[in-house]
Amino acid sequence: MSANTIKPYLRLAGLEPLVIRPETNFVNVGERTNVTGSKKFARLIRENKYEEALSVARQQVESGAQVLDVNMDDALLDGVKAMTTYLNLLQSEPDIAKIPIMIDSSKFEIIEAGLKCVQGKCIVNSISMKEGVEKFIREAKICKLYGASVVVMAFDEQGQADTLQRRVDICERAYKILTEEVGFDPQDIIFDPNIFAVATGIEEHNNYALDFIEATRIIKQKMPLAKISGGVSNISFSFRGNEPVREAMHAVFLYHAIKAGMDMGIVNAGQLVVYDEIEPQLRELCEDVIQNRREDATDRLIQFAETVKAKDKNEIKNEAWRNNSVEERLKHALINGITDYIDQDTEEARQKYPKPLDVIEGPLMDGMNVVGDLFGSGKMFLPQVVKSARVMKKSVAILTPYIEAEKEERRLAHLAAGTTNEEGAGAAKILLATVKGDVHDIGKNIVGVVLGCNGYDIIDLGVMVPADKILETAQKEKVDIIGLSGLITPSLDEMVHVAHEMKRRNMTQPLLIGGATTSRMHTAVKIAPQYDNGVVHVLDASRSVTVAGSLLSKEQKPGFLDTIGKEYQKLRDDFGSKKTAKQYLPFEQAQENRVAIDWKNYTPPVPSFTGTRIFDNYDLNELTNYIDWGPFFIAWELHGKFPAILQDEKVGKEATKLFKDANELLKKIIAEKWLTARGVIGFWQANSNGKDSVFIYDERGQEKVRLEHLRQQNKKAAGQPNFSLADFVKPAVTPANEKSKEAADYMGAFAVTIQGIEPHIKKFIENHDDYNKIMLQVLADRLAEAFAECLHERVRKEFWGYAKDEHFTNEELIKESYSGIRPAPGYPACPDHTEKYKLFNLLGGEQATGITLTESLAMYPASSICGWYFAHPQSQYFGLGKIQKDQVIDYANRKNMPVEDVERWLRPVLEYDA
Amino acid sequence: MKTIQQCLQERILVIDGAMGTMIQRHKLTEADYRGDRFKDWASDLKGNNDLLVLTQPDIIKGIHKLYLEAGADIIETNTFNAQRISLADYHMEPLAYELNFAAARIAKEAVQEFFADPATNKGGRERAFVAGAIGPLNKTLSLSPDVNNPGFRALTFDEAMSAYYEQVKGLVEGGVDLLLIETIFDTLNAKAAIYAIKKYFSDEAKAELPIMISGTITDASGRTLSGQTLEAFYTSVMHAKPLSIGLNCALGASEMRPHIEELSQIAACYTSAYPNAGLPNAMGEYDEQPEQTAHFLEEWAREGFVNIVGGCCGTTPDHIKHIAEHVRQFKPRPLPVLETAL
Repeated sequence: MSANTIKPYLRLAGLEPLVIRPETNFVNVGERTNVTGSKKFARLIRENKYEEALSVARQQVESGAQVLDVNMDDALLDGVKAMTTYLNLLQSEPDIAKIPIMIDSSKFEIIEAGLKCVQGKCIVNSISMKEGVEKFIREAKICKLYGASVVVMAFDEQGQADTLQRRVDICERAYKILTEEVGFDPQDIIFDPNIFAVATGIEEHNNYALDFIEATRIIKQKMPLAKISGGVSNISFSFRGNEPVREAMHAVFLYHAIKAGMDMGIVNAGQLVVYDEIEPQLRELCEDVIQNRREDATDRLIQFAETVKAKDKNEIKNEAWRNNSVEERLKHALINGITDYIDQDTEEARQKYPKPLDVIEGPLMDGMNVVGDLFGSGKMFLPQVVKSARVMKKSVAILTPYIEAEKEERRLAHLAAGTTNEEGAGAAKILLATVKGDVHDIGKNIVGVVLGCNGYDIIDLGVMVPADKILETAQKEKVDIIGLSGLITPSLDEMVHVAHEMKRRNMTQPLLIGGATTSRMHTAVKIAPQYDNGVVHVLDASRSVTVAGSLLSKEQKPGFLDTIGKEYQKLRDDFGSKKTAKQYLPFEQAQENRVAIDWKNYTPPVPSFTGTRIFDNYDLNELTNYIDWGPFFIAWELHGKFPAILQDEKVGKEATKLFKDANELLKKIIAEKWLTARGVIGFWQANSNGKDSVFIYDERGQEKVRLEHLRQQNKKAAGQPNFSLADFVKPAVTPANEKSKEAADYMGAFAVTIQGIEPHIKKFIENHDDYNKIMLQVLADRLAEAFAECLHERVRKEFWGYAKDEHFTNEELIKESYSGIRPAPGYPACPDHTEKYKLFNLLGGEQATGITLTESLAMYPASSICGWYFAHPQSQYFGLGKIQKDQVIDYANRKNMPVEDVERWLRPVLEYDA
Repeated sequence: MKTIQQCLQERILVIDGAMGTMIQRHKLTEADYRGDRFKDWASDLKGNNDLLVLTQPDIIKGIHKLYLEAGADIIETNTFNAQRISLADYHMEPLAYELNFAAARIAKEAVQEFFADPATNKGGRERAFVAGAIGPLNKTLSLSPDVNNPGFRALTFDEAMSAYYEQVKGLVEGGVDLLLIETIFDTLNAKAAIYAIKKYFSDEAKAELPIMISGTITDASGRTLSGQTLEAFYTSVMHAKPLSIGLNCALGASEMRPHIEELSQIAACYTSAYPNAGLPNAMGEYDEQPEQTAHFLEEWAREGFVNIVGGCCGTTPDHIKHIAEHVRQFKPRPLPVLETAL
């Protein structure tokens, strides 16, 4: 393998990298965040309006600045403090902080203060030999320690270089010192060979522009890795106040300087004009001045300038979003973290909505939900979310007085009416803490802010907080909710401990669980059982708001906790066996409470054949009509009903794309015959024994195999049977193991599989194409399900033929509107996987089905389905629920298996600890 | 003896796995953490893993040896949080130097004892290196802990730098061979550490030890916690002139792969990667098996992405053993050619 090559480019970085290559166009360094150059910026900083001053930086970025020059050199300012404050604030604005910072000051202490605030690779602007070589070297070394590139002014002990020769000489000397003595990489050196004002009326100044341009050319020849920069607006200083002329001069100057090798310049990024678009007469006059082509060039430009009326020119900024509805504007501001208009937009929304609280619960929360989703999906990152929260807070702050006033009105109304006001006096209190043993708290802080934004009082106990302190504080402060956070593994146990302690202390507050290692599953299985008054796992900060809202609303809380409780119960059921508080019947009583079916007046339908039938290479095209797309989207973690999900506001776009990709792949699978569908069905005469066994007969009416079923054992409401699948087969009238003389009933079975996936999966893995790999697996599963659905329909209409006139749409099929069922061993109605052996033997085994069973009775290929067919119209799907030991012993006897083996296979449905 | 640069020219080196996971196996109690010396210490000490170099040195040394036996060429000192900023959680700021010094000593002793004993050093390796582990601090220089006041910082650059300086001093004087700034989620913290290292060697007029730098990509955004892209992160620490640049923690090998591939393209120095043992499962445990991790890393080695590999959270000597066996057959990533003209 051959080695990479790394070019000696100037590499800078904010949150994102900026690499300056030979082919890179002129790099714009935004100049307006400079107190000496921008009156507006200076005023904002002097008045401590730092947040507003951020919008100046944002405007520069939006106008195309690739580096941001920040300068706080003002006699009235504490420069170190101003630089630190502003840069720290800037770092929390990802859309600004994405570009590198040029720290600009004539005082080195301010530069160093700036370097201490910026994680990216900065440019220092500037150092020079003005006060001697020693200081120059010292400062350069410090810049190197921070990893900054440096702008070196063409300045030495004698003063600023104002001739071509001195410009070149000083730069060469500085280059030698920096590269040889300090150890600077040459590409990290940027020279500023001094842009001075031309057209000042002083003759000596007339050649300044040309001298700069020429110096640039020579320096780049002699030191090709070094860069050239300069403060472009200096050139037009004598035309202050006449922006059209200044802009034209800048454009003309840059046109020549860039051709000579100037790499970057400090410019007002929003106001650069294109050389070709300058009015020709003005352009010519500027050329005369810049190139020092005529003695009267200055006079002629001044004359012309007086005729140019400064046109009102709008700053170039994408403000199109301002034309949208107020809801959309609020959302835009939240997602983009823009505070500039939040006051007016909030006010507008407040007037539009009936109550100020509606603004929070409506558009603001909608916006925050989007933020949460983007964050959750990696499309936004932490600093942006923090920023969004800030916009939220600002908006809420505007609304709060109105909300308070409303409350006060209601309080007075209650007083006047002599009724009781049930609203609490203050905002709800939420206590947050990172548990003992854990020091990670950034996520918790975010949650605190987001909740704070929503008007809650946050008590943040910080990190490593022992359970006692959390709970004592919670009781003393009468908090309404407790939130625990943790990132490392042992914190999970500590959370269990806190929940346990809450119960011991008879506390009533709901407990929120959050942090990277926490999960719904762990919360449900380990934490929630410790505490009865509500334990809720919160996925991320934005979701904490809806959770807190639900928990603090008297109306919503019971329903919310109930829903959560059910979800967690299900998780626990899924997770493993767990005792329930249900009541159970003795097994014999349960057997007596079987499904009441009037068998006397029932004539079992006769299938068109008995024995098995194989379907090899079933037409995949036909199967596509039977695909249930709902589980397809669930597999991809997109939630919603098909086809509505395609138009879903949130995931619709993604879902549509996914659906399109799926159909394309499906077409390919079918056209190129990647997969084959193989199925077997079979029917046999059968009778139940009136309890839980079903006898399957061979052609001669002798017992072929005996199926054993399990019966629901939990105590049912009056009139509700304890279901067993055996109930759906007609009982034998005479000896149970002999075919019923009157008329035997029938049972069926099926197994379908999708074969041939392996080579394609392998190919996708080799191409690191996880997307298509998963897509193929999901589609194969869908095809197997579709195959089962399709065959079942043909069974009802054709092979068993008990529902010849059935007409269902695919949707109705999915809803199981049909008559008869096809439950699978291992699933809720018949959770015993071991019955699968009998099913496969009946169908002809591995050879007929094309499916192998693993020792844990999983089917391979993975996209395989099997099941029993029951035809009786009263047959239905059900969940077995938990069963007791008496049934297990009976079942083990019937199956002739040791009780322990049965218990092992049935562990998830055992009501007792085996 | 060969320098680390010479070793890196010849083969892919293996760095050790998780310390915390191994410590957890000992199920230490509060009293174990305290030992005799700190039995009356006012604050809880359980969980202060870095303290164990003073109170349970044999356990730490034993873990080092297990990793050496598994095939680690580089072992990390048990000093992830051993500087005064993080130690303040336990009111143990004054112990910072001592902890680092002791940790470096223990790791060095482990190496010496390992190579002195012919029973343990099978496979004929000739040396192993001790990397002084410098963690990220429990406070960040680029993010505000108070989100209502985004300009606020919980500590200053100078405080971070001094804390790191003290740690570096302890590690170097304790005898480490390398310095490893790791699990960087805020680049500015790392820059303070780089500053401290450069300043220490300059102040003491000593030859600088090689610096390894390892950042952490935290999530699907592909950025550090403080918001930088991978290339921006690398650009921002290049000035350290590190021996290696790499990634560790937060991600399992499968999630880290695209990032380590990118890094191998842009890095002007050697590259390192020591991912977690997959992502934590619902119970917060890492359950990626040693051979699974090793297979991922083997593929990186085959592709020429890496010079140094190992494991982070959840990995064990068994993981390291498998990793070492799987990467042994591959040539290391060649050092890029640094051109001097555009």
